[in-house]
Amino acid sequence: MSQNRRDFFKTIAAIGAGGTALSAVTPKKNIAAPENLLSTERKGVLVDTTVCIGCRKCEWACKGAHDIEQGNYEDYQNDKTFETNRRPSAKSLTVVNQYFAEETPATIKLQCMHCDHPACVSACIVGAFSKVENGSVIWDTDKCIGCRYCMVACPFQVPAFEYEKALDPKIAKCDFCYERTKVGKLPACIEICPVEAMTYGKREDLILEAKRRIKNYPDRYYDHIFGEYEVGGTSWLYIAQKDLVSSVFPKLGNNPAPGVSESIQHGLFAYFVPPIAVYALLGGIMWLSKDRETKKENT
Amino acid sequence: MSHLHLPTPISKKFFTPGVIVLSVIALNGIIFLLGRFFFGIGSVTNLNDQFPWGIWIGLDVAAGVALAAGGFTTAALGHIMHRDKYETVIRPALLTAMLGYTFVATGVFVDIGRWYYIWHPLVMWNGNSALFEVGICVMIYVTVLYIEFLPIVTERFIGKVNLPGFLSRFNKFIDRLLRALDRGLSKTMFVFIIAGVVLSCLHQSSLGTLMIIAGPKMHPLWQTPILPLLFLLSAFSVGFPMVIAESLSASRSFGLKPETEVLSSLSKFIAPLLGIYLIGKIGDMVIRETFVYLAEINFISIMFGIEIIIGVIVPLRMFLSPEVRKSPTGLFIASMLVIFGVVMNRFNNFVTAYNPPYAVESYFPSIGEISVTLGFVAIEILMYRLFVMIFPVISIPSTKANIKTKYAIRGVAK
Repeated sequence: MSQNRRDFFKTIAAIGAGGTALSAVTPKKNIAAPENLLSTERKGVLVDTTVCIGCRKCEWACKGAHDIEQGNYEDYQNDKTFETNRRPSAKSLTVVNQYFAEETPATIKLQCMHCDHPACVSACIVGAFSKVENGSVIWDTDKCIGCRYCMVACPFQVPAFEYEKALDPKIAKCDFCYERTKVGKLPACIEICPVEAMTYGKREDLILEAKRRIKNYPDRYYDHIFGEYEVGGTSWLYIAQKDLVSSVFPKLGNNPAPGVSESIQHGLFAYFVPPIAVYALLGGIMWLSKDRETKKENT
Repeated sequence: MSHLHLPTPISKKFFTPGVIVLSVIALNGIIFLLGRFFFGIGSVTNLNDQFPWGIWIGLDVAAGVALAAGGFTTAALGHIMHRDKYETVIRPALLTAMLGYTFVATGVFVDIGRWYYIWHPLVMWNGNSALFEVGICVMIYVTVLYIEFLPIVTERFIGKVNLPGFLSRFNKFIDRLLRALDRGLSKTMFVFIIAGVVLSCLHQSSLGTLMIIAGPKMHPLWQTPILPLLFLLSAFSVGFPMVIAESLSASRSFGLKPETEVLSSLSKFIAPLLGIYLIGKIGDMVIRETFVYLAEINFISIMFGIEIIIGVIVPLRMFLSPEVRKSPTGLFIASMLVIFGVVMNRFNNFVTAYNPPYAVESYFPSIGEISVTLGFVAIEILMYRLFVMIFPVISIPSTKANIKTKYAIRGVAK
């Protein structure tokens, strides 16, 4: 689909798009974050959903690390929770859901995927989101105007908004515990996980590790690392007993989510040449047609 | 020109039954709006984490921007191409654009969570963001529209400044200020007129870029990389129908003779513009092979069908007919259909086509959202009525001697 779109777009660009400034679009790939931010040192998490026992300690720890009302840990051990398919929200930046793999229940933790080319970073009107060197996609709440374009843009539908607040509503999503990792600590959810369902480390190493596990235990894993290539790659990687696409994650292409819109955007405004050209053209028309009027008046 | 038309403030009673109905709708909207400011967006709207944008963005902003296109299209035709006979429709179109964009800005203001940070994009830039581009262009264009309107204000008040009481000592000063403004503007207005057209083209198309980033969340019938081009073309097509519909409503409302001659010659441009848009729309559908989605009859394909058939093809056929173009009723119906089509198109792009993963139930606007949107429309119509009664906007046939030279065409060095 997106491949077709890109090809079609090139065709349109080539034929001049009806004389509009679209012709200035080049098919070069624009990315949301500068290339150097995608250093090979950037961190990620490998989530092995076959290990997860659904204890939801990660949810509890996450709230604690982000000053969200935690409640008692005992209240989390309630199987009723799994009856609804929950989504990360402003009150719970990560959630554990149940899904079915070959008829047997399995659990999966969901949170922001920390894309390598994040749509939210590209979309944000004030640049409140940024991808930082250790792989986290973080946001600056003080810049945010609450337009919720990041929510429209996010392919995983992760950012949440505090709709019930009249003043100071916030956009909320997992920040990969940036405040903790900065000082050398593990993200709260990973630190607390009793079964080590999650592995924190260099993204490169995690991919190798995931491949190793899939190769060594072909019966245990479906042969796909979700997040390796999806939307240009994400920091959080998932391996599971079955294909997670469509049962847990939406079907997404491998092109970075903001790619097409940024190409168009940069094409329309390439060094301000197209707008200035239109301005000059209109000025010319205005100047030339002025004479027509005086001619008419004279006759 | 057979007879002389002169922009004049309309002297009619402001309060009519229609105005009272509009006031009630406006008041109802304001009440819900207060709810939004006191109890949060969630208390008034049906928005949630799956559907972050509703009709306040899809209609108030996106359709609002499109329907204000009469301002730049008539400015391009009348001022830039110097088709003088369209002069009488430029001022009403300018006023509509000015009010329209003011309400677009207000729509954004009430929709964003932190309205008090609405100035942030001015200092915090993100050139990758389509929304940033739309925001900045709209802010500049609103300013340009107010500047373009200033000569009408100076024309109204030069030599007539008469403040009550102790304020009267400023009369002379304000009059001098107005005269200075008028002199300065008449020399520089062409800069703003061209800027207005360029800015409009930019943000009308960028509005189309907005939803592209939603990617597969948007239904393929609407999701296409040429959305910016389609948005620009549809804005071109709706500009003149807006001017026609509005001119006919105003003349009916104020009991004036409709300017059928000017309007029907203006309407000649509409069919070709709609045709180009339709070619773009269908061509895109053929190339991307999205017509397969029309085979299944469901809500999505019906909405698409209504948008294209009732909103584009029917009025296109109507505007090709000389009989329709000559009759005020025909013109009005055909224009309203184009307007309906563009409103549908914006609604479909922003609401119908948006299908987020994990949505539990689909979005339908709440009573509060609908009330606020209708309230805005009502207030805008009331403001229009007020403005044309205060300022010389609508041209009415004049028996006076030709005094149009000074204030008729602004900013064009003669």
